[in-house]
Amino acid sequence: MEEWIIDILISLAKTLAFFGVILLWAAYITLGERRFASFFQNRLGPNRAGIFGLLQPLADGIKFMMKEEIIPKNANRAFYLLGPTLFITIALIPWAAIPFGDTVVIAGREVKLQIVDLNVGILFMIAVSSIGVYGIMIGGWASNNKYSLLGAIRSSAQLISYEITMGIALAAVFLLSGSLSTRDIIIAQMQSPWHWNVFVQPLGFIVFFVSILAETNRVPFDLAEAESELIVGYHTEYGAFKFAMYMLSEYINLITASALITLLYFGGWGIPFVDLGRLGLSVNLAGLISVIVFLVKTGFFVFVFIWIRWTLPRFRYDQLMNLGWKILLPLALVNLFGTAVVALLV
Amino acid sequence: MAINVRAKYLNKTEEMSFIDRLYLPAIVKGMFITMKHFLFTKAYTVEYPEERKPIAPRFRGRHVMKRDEMGRERCTACYCCQYSCPAECINIEAAEVTGDIRNNHPEDKYARVFEIELLRCIFCGFCQEACPKAAIYLEEFYELADYDDRSKYLLTKKEMMETEGKPVKYRV
Repeated sequence: MEEWIIDILISLAKTLAFFGVILLWAAYITLGERRFASFFQNRLGPNRAGIFGLLQPLADGIKFMMKEEIIPKNANRAFYLLGPTLFITIALIPWAAIPFGDTVVIAGREVKLQIVDLNVGILFMIAVSSIGVYGIMIGGWASNNKYSLLGAIRSSAQLISYEITMGIALAAVFLLSGSLSTRDIIIAQMQSPWHWNVFVQPLGFIVFFVSILAETNRVPFDLAEAESELIVGYHTEYGAFKFAMYMLSEYINLITASALITLLYFGGWGIPFVDLGRLGLSVNLAGLISVIVFLVKTGFFVFVFIWIRWTLPRFRYDQLMNLGWKILLPLALVNLFGTAVVALLV
Repeated sequence: MAINVRAKYLNKTEEMSFIDRLYLPAIVKGMFITMKHFLFTKAYTVEYPEERKPIAPRFRGRHVMKRDEMGRERCTACYCCQYSCPAECINIEAAEVTGDIRNNHPEDKYARVFEIELLRCIFCGFCQEACPKAAIYLEEFYELADYDDRSKYLLTKKEMMETEGKPVKYRV
């Protein structure tokens, strides 16, 4: 076989595997969120479909597909359909740059467990995820519903203001690792857990964590879908599978956020005090372990997001803007400046 | 000026300390509280069809008609329950006791038809209180929900009556 055919096949297989894993994971987060929520509230949660309710996502999926597709009479048809499509596409694209693990050897060649190792990986992800606002804005506007529009406005205002803070917090990380590639950032943290950016950049981590919480539109920053005021915000008028697409992409964004935290601040697939390269394992086994470690770390942060959701009350709109512009932005700038000075001196 | 003693405390706005204004310690504390619920508190859920809560001894569920110790129907069609029923859901037709059925009834009169419209009944228990013969009781059966067929909600005497020596077989 020609070399380039093998390359294309490996790329295709990676892409399919990645998207399969992400979509399945997002579907199971819906179950996880519901069950964990009920444990936090001393309930049992959905446990009827299959053992521990494990078939619940399947049942939900079938329900969403069987339901009638309703398009509101006064909605802008084309944009109404474009909204969820755009949103889920944009939610999936950042995964092209996220590394799940180290390298493995397939068919005699080294394969990075990452769809593409861009040298501007993080920049690419942030650029793409900022387009996500359009999915929300288009969906909210096209539904021709005041609650949808209000939710969309809130959501986009929030996303835009917190993106700046997030970007500045990230700039400090780039200064330390000297690279924008996700893989290089992880490798820069590999030496020991004390090199993890969460310890090197504690202030930056807090700022980044709060901003990414706002970016994913989750409690305590879920103003965009504030049930008590706006029904569910920008997807109020969406039903059936279009609603499922919005929900799924929100959960995909949640996983993306967790993966970002893992790879930027918690050393990616590195195990504390264990150097996989020195254990004398085969390359493929080490690669597999690195994938598992990465997934466990990401899963933990998904759980933290759910945990936060059932602990904190929602922010008010002015409080949100205050926190973003008057507190987090100056903190991020101070952090960047301090890091720059230290990086210059050391 | 404070209007009363309590107002003095209420009007005082406490300055938050620097730690308070950071919010993070409070958030961490809150998260530990929720985690405590997650890990250690048992769920209060009663998983209904398999698990049931005990009902009160004086619970008023679906009606049951009793027999006496000799296996005879206690009801003598005196209409006391019908008169006392605030929802007017009881329909009785009396008839004379003759011939074969004589050893089924203690008196000369019996209820040939005894119907209760369950959809009208408010389960107040007045019929049970009014009955001089202790013939009608509201007992523990409460799963009365159904769909589609409303004729099931006309409770007839046959369905309510205790069979001899056995408890009533519940339907609906």
